[in-house]
Amino acid sequence: MHLSAQNVSFGYRRERRVLNGLDFCIRAGERVALTGPSGCGKSTLSQLLAGYLRPQSGQVTLGGDALPHAGYSPVQLIYQHPERAINPRWRLRRTLHESWHPDAQFLDTMGIAPEWLERYPVELSGGEIQRFCIARALAPQTRFLIADEMTTMLDMVTQAQIWECVLEQVTARGLGLLVVTHSEGLARRTCDRVVDFRELTAG
Amino acid sequence: MSDVNIGPAVGAEVSSEGPGTPIEVLRVEGLEVAFSRYGKGWSRDRLKVISNLNLTVRSGEIVAVAGSSGSGKSLLAHAVLGILPRNAHTSGRINFMGKALTPARLKKLRGTRIAFVPQSVEYLDPLMRVGRQISPDRQAVLAAFERYRLDPSVAELYPHQLSGGMARRVLVASAVVGDPQLIVADEPTPGMSKELADKAMKHFRDLADAGVAVLLITHDIDLALGYADRVAVFYAGTTVETAPADDFDARERLRHPWSQALWQAIPANGFQPTPGHQPYAGRLPQGCLYAPRCPRKGHDCGHHAPPTVTIRGGEVSCCYAS
Amino acid sequence: MHIEGGSHAHAHAVEHAAGAGAGVGAGELALGPGVGPDAVIGAGRRFALLGNINRRKLAAILTVIILAIILTVSVAGVLLGDKGLTADFSQKALAPSREHPFGTDLLGRDVATRTIKGLALSLFVGVSASAVSAVLAVIVGVCAALGRGWLDHAVNWLIDLTMGIPHTILLILISIAAGRGWRGLLIGVIVTHWTGLARIIRAEVLQLRSQHYIAVAGKLGRSRWWVMTRHILPHLVPQFLVGLILLFPHAIMHESGLTFLGFGMPPEQPAIGIILSEAMRSLSSGMWWLAFFPGLALVILVLLIDKLGECVKLLFNPHSAQE
Repeated sequence: MHLSAQNVSFGYRRERRVLNGLDFCIRAGERVALTGPSGCGKSTLSQLLAGYLRPQSGQVTLGGDALPHAGYSPVQLIYQHPERAINPRWRLRRTLHESWHPDAQFLDTMGIAPEWLERYPVELSGGEIQRFCIARALAPQTRFLIADEMTTMLDMVTQAQIWECVLEQVTARGLGLLVVTHSEGLARRTCDRVVDFRELTAG
Repeated sequence: MSDVNIGPAVGAEVSSEGPGTPIEVLRVEGLEVAFSRYGKGWSRDRLKVISNLNLTVRSGEIVAVAGSSGSGKSLLAHAVLGILPRNAHTSGRINFMGKALTPARLKKLRGTRIAFVPQSVEYLDPLMRVGRQISPDRQAVLAAFERYRLDPSVAELYPHQLSGGMARRVLVASAVVGDPQLIVADEPTPGMSKELADKAMKHFRDLADAGVAVLLITHDIDLALGYADRVAVFYAGTTVETAPADDFDARERLRHPWSQALWQAIPANGFQPTPGHQPYAGRLPQGCLYAPRCPRKGHDCGHHAPPTVTIRGGEVSCCYAS
Repeated sequence: MHIEGGSHAHAHAVEHAAGAGAGVGAGELALGPGVGPDAVIGAGRRFALLGNINRRKLAAILTVIILAIILTVSVAGVLLGDKGLTADFSQKALAPSREHPFGTDLLGRDVATRTIKGLALSLFVGVSASAVSAVLAVIVGVCAALGRGWLDHAVNWLIDLTMGIPHTILLILISIAAGRGWRGLLIGVIVTHWTGLARIIRAEVLQLRSQHYIAVAGKLGRSRWWVMTRHILPHLVPQFLVGLILLFPHAIMHESGLTFLGFGMPPEQPAIGIILSEAMRSLSSGMWWLAFFPGLALVILVLLIDKLGECVKLLFNPHSAQE
């Protein structure tokens, strides 16, 4: 299965396009890192691939078909600010179950302590909330995971902890993984293929 | 805690010291910051966000405080500047140039000898022209602008008209207008490309080399290591170790188990995770905050907060530091 | 750098304090003189003092008291018979006494009875106007939430139109067009008062819709309806209740004003506006109680409801009361 962007263009303002006729492809089971300076359009590309944005021209396809716009998306995006990706007034259990009902063993492999389920977001740290966001995005239907600066705001130890869990899941399930990061070190640690975004746009 | 004795001469606030002998500009001792807030039901409790924090910044050096976002390290900057929200309760001692930094003294010094570089132009008044906002003294503003290669016309712009790079230079320029002895910079680089962030850090390095004391709050330990003289490692609202930046070259040269855990988790150094979680501010453990996940934990760590000791030129809060 | 304009700085600090509260004010208490062991005790004492009053508890108690007063007035208005309302010329124009605490008017009617009945009536008008406004506001909010562009535009246009015309003039025009009296008044107040709340709700919905977690819910396969009922509507409840309560005094004042001007209730109706306009004619003859007590009662009722709004806001959003 492929997740690919074909000749996609996108711009927030008419006169200035962030992406112009860009091609990108990632296969299931493949781990690709996308690096480059911030503000160059990496985040825009990941939002297009995950279906949060629709390209103004060109198309995004999953296994040859257009990306579905309703129902659970097989392409899930994890975002840089976990606290903004969850309802601040919900207990974490409810947030998790917004997606699916994972069993205790899965939560354990994700490093989620059972008592966190009953807490509100203000009672957890960013790293702990991010684990929930990842667990939520790893429902059985997920085929591709896009991590957009997923651990940038966390300390190094938490970053290493989270990537250990994620890489284990991605390998076990044969998911495709796209890691968007500004850190070369992280890109090399987590992926088989590192793509410089500037080369994508130039080519 | 290092016992630096400051002579009475240092107390004078008008100083013309160059980059010569470093003097202690800022000393934070046993700082605690707690927020009162309403809990479940009708209860009202205090959330301790910073506890037993010790830190010194000397003239001519950059001290970086590194910790994950949301860990409360920005509150250290806000406490030093006296801009905490009203439901915050502080205790501890903050000295500036050897004398207690009282609100009255802070009011006099803030914006001149003590300068703040915020995260973004959002901290500026959006309805006031940049130049007037920085200082009523137009000559001083233009001099500072010239130093950072900003056109005098920029002073006539409103904050929203500044481009990203310009905004960064305006914020740094605004800090140097009052000829500061201490600059507090709160996350001056997030969202910047590596090149831009390097430029911003270079400005701080130049200021420090000219004799200014710089307190740099950042979550980017990699970047901090390239420019800071010393790095204070933040854990659960306190500094567990303040080490010379060079000590981050090797795990063995670090003193605190958490600093070592951080070191080995850096992708380039092994990407090795250490189990456990930083405690949430409302559920801090007794005694040493790191004890619950510490491999070197002794029987008394769960009872007493560890004293700060100096080992190999760095300060560390751990009874079993090596 | 001028720190004075530092409300952003506060907001930021708060963010780091894990939602500890919204900060306003100039952080004066930063670090007291000679901050040290004694300052710790000082801070502790100040906290204990504040802790005893606990604004949130106070708000809860006040809410109960105010609701009790409002309920008492409404029930009394219904239960009080017509005894005090019938003209009795033997009891004409009496100053306040034990028997007639607010005195009597020129027709010998008891001012206290008429005032309470008038207040009950005002409350009824207020409840009706608020209830209908609430329903309209929710419909508008839902339109905005479901994201039908043209519908939202149409509603927004209607709000602008209603708010663009001076309030009192619109009220008078509508109440006359709808046949004056009772019905005209009620329709007038309803038509002119829904817009404020609707606008607040709509703005809130639009702000919520731009939240990242709303977009995430969509990608997790949740329908627009699910998102609206689970994520958006519950968020609106506090805004909704507070807006509703604060709309109340507004509606009451307009009802009284309109009645005072003679566009509202028929003259035999014991409404505050009518009582006051009748009293105007006899003020010069020294019968101060005719206007004083009803006017004072109206002001107190309005202030009480305003206070109720504040209390409810505090109860729902403790962060606004962290100081």
